[in-house]
Amino acid sequence: MSEPILELRGINKSFGPVHVLHDIDLDVQPGEVTALVGDNGAGKSTLVKCIAGIHPTDSGEVLFNGEPVHIKGPRDAAELGIEVVYQDLALADNLDIVQNMFLGRERTKGGLLDETDMEQAARKTLASLSVRTVKSVRTQVSSLSGGQRQTVAIAKAVLWNSKVVLLDEPTAALGVAQTRQVLDLVRRLAEQGLGVVLISHNMNDVFEVADKIACLYLGRMAAVVSTKDVTHGQVVELITAGRSGDLGIARPEAATI
Amino acid sequence: MSSEEASMTDTTDTHEQETAQQGAISDFGIDTTSQSTGEAVRDYWARVRGGELGSLPALLGLVVLLIVFSSLSDTFFTLGNLANLLQQGASITIIAMGLVFVLLLGEIDLSAGTASGVTAAVMALHLIHNGNLLGGMGDTVFYVFCGLLVLAIVLGAVMKVWAGVALSAVALVIAGVGIPANAWLEMLLAVCVGAAIGTITGFLVAKVGIPSFVVTLAFFLVWGGVVLQLIGQGGTLGLRDDTIFNVANGNLNFVGSWALFVIAVGGYAAIVLTRHFSRLRKGLVAQPTSLVLGKIGALAVLAAVITYALSLNRAPSDLIVIEGVPYVVPLVLVLLVVGTFVLDRTSYGRHIYAVGGNKEAARRAGINVERIRMSVFVIASAAAAIGAIVYSSKVGSVDPNAGGGNTLLLSVGAAVIGGTSLFGGKGRLRDAVIGGAVLAIIQNGMGLLRQPAAVVFIVTGLVLLLAASVDALSRRRAATAAR
Repeated sequence: MSEPILELRGINKSFGPVHVLHDIDLDVQPGEVTALVGDNGAGKSTLVKCIAGIHPTDSGEVLFNGEPVHIKGPRDAAELGIEVVYQDLALADNLDIVQNMFLGRERTKGGLLDETDMEQAARKTLASLSVRTVKSVRTQVSSLSGGQRQTVAIAKAVLWNSKVVLLDEPTAALGVAQTRQVLDLVRRLAEQGLGVVLISHNMNDVFEVADKIACLYLGRMAAVVSTKDVTHGQVVELITAGRSGDLGIARPEAATI
Repeated sequence: MSSEEASMTDTTDTHEQETAQQGAISDFGIDTTSQSTGEAVRDYWARVRGGELGSLPALLGLVVLLIVFSSLSDTFFTLGNLANLLQQGASITIIAMGLVFVLLLGEIDLSAGTASGVTAAVMALHLIHNGNLLGGMGDTVFYVFCGLLVLAIVLGAVMKVWAGVALSAVALVIAGVGIPANAWLEMLLAVCVGAAIGTITGFLVAKVGIPSFVVTLAFFLVWGGVVLQLIGQGGTLGLRDDTIFNVANGNLNFVGSWALFVIAVGGYAAIVLTRHFSRLRKGLVAQPTSLVLGKIGALAVLAAVITYALSLNRAPSDLIVIEGVPYVVPLVLVLLVVGTFVLDRTSYGRHIYAVGGNKEAARRAGINVERIRMSVFVIASAAAAIGAIVYSSKVGSVDPNAGGGNTLLLSVGAAVIGGTSLFGGKGRLRDAVIGGAVLAIIQNGMGLLRQPAAVVFIVTGLVLLLAASVDALSRRRAATAAR
């Protein structure tokens, strides 16, 4: 097994009196899909936002490629090669696909936007992901379907030669065919050697694409298991009770502080 | 200077490139849009039907108004009146152009009108008192004024809005040093004071987080009071200076008029063609070359006709000669070109659209949203100051009501009538110019028809209402067409 690309060590995070994350440890391997599961309010999205630099962490260490790093904002994360695809997409409706993919990191030539260069790069990226559903890269995002938007959001993350992509419920609002597209895309990301973290509530999705399942329970990491070693039922128990047989948190009482 | 279709149909292809493109298209599975001129036009029509109207309704309205007033009034469609129209509409148009930046973020600046009045008053005081603002304002007012400029510098520095800092600093220097009156210096002072005002407004909106409606409503009242304080109840500050007078009343000479024509049309053609052929060369989809050339040709003919007409003598009596393109035309053109350039071709402009479209997305993309929000108020107030220079020049004086009354409402109206959305994220600078022209024609035409003020107000208001309805309906249409 290769070295993890991203390691979290003892991450803690509170919002005022609410202790949301307790001593979270997590390794993300390149070329693997790590599913992050947990019930509503378990802290999945908060953990992702901490990694992305949107929320500062209270304590704990983040190692990237074995080096300790300090992520203070979205830009720091992006510079390391950590990209996040958010649940609510984070695309600007009034801009087209190219403009969205380069948002915040426009390529310029002599101080002016280099539109042709950006357009070529966007097309190349979409082609490399075998995206064939978008009519034109100059289509406004407002006229895309949910699946197409999700595709654009993921392609945006790939555009930056990123090393780690975090996907926050990418299939939550999608139909069957669109979910298929997005899951294929997730698999393709891992095949390209990226470390992928997938947040999902859907066990079918998780078992289909994930190599490893990390289970959050009330802000604690209940277990990190290999997909092939567990059953649906065990994962559901881990999500709802924090333990399943030998797996999970030893005494559930300890978790209810 | 309409490149209406340029933005609308740039996802089309040419016949010449069709074969070269075919391979690439099947590889990518994207960008398989129309190829011929006919298809490009159909494509554009489909977008219009889908709710992307842009400034089309305003352009149609402009044509209708021109026809109606020309048929009802003998004097409307005369050279003298048309040139007058340009000079009357310029100040509202310029203020509206600044407001477009604010409206693009879904914010509003209600104080732009009275803020412009303040800049006009400061400009006039500097001129009349030969650079001695201390004497012109009185001790207390002068020190408060300088204090506010320092505050603007500090707030701008905190938020790293350097343009606001620099312009406020220039205003402070001009105010403090007391250089003798000079028309150019006074106009610079007005713009700098405008920028300082915008810096303070922007800070309160972006950093403190007060809704822009409330901040600018408060400043609307405050600046109205400041103008009154600076000028004095019932007083009027005359602007007896040829340079300032010429801004809104002067004309380019014959050579200058045609030089403007060559620069404007040549520049437009150069920019459009460079972009067009660079896209073709790189194998990206572009409009048909014939369509691009046709648009440039149409613009050149229109501009030539206007330039020719304006370079004829239009004086009402034989004793004097009035000819040439009014100075306000190159002024508005330069502002339009520079502003459009900033919005379309720089990262800053792109970020304005992004923040207006989805603030959260922009923040997550690493854009400094607060800074963008603050900066647009600086631009709006600075533009308002340029508008103030024009309207003060037109009447030759500054009175306590400068920038009050309808100035602001007409400016917002001009931007909205042109197609700028009040919901943010949608609009272009040329909207303000087209909308400004519509309003100027209504005011001028109704005046020529000897309609009472009551009717003029009611008609203007109804036109604004119509424009806002078109925006709302086209938005709904676009929303349903998208699914």
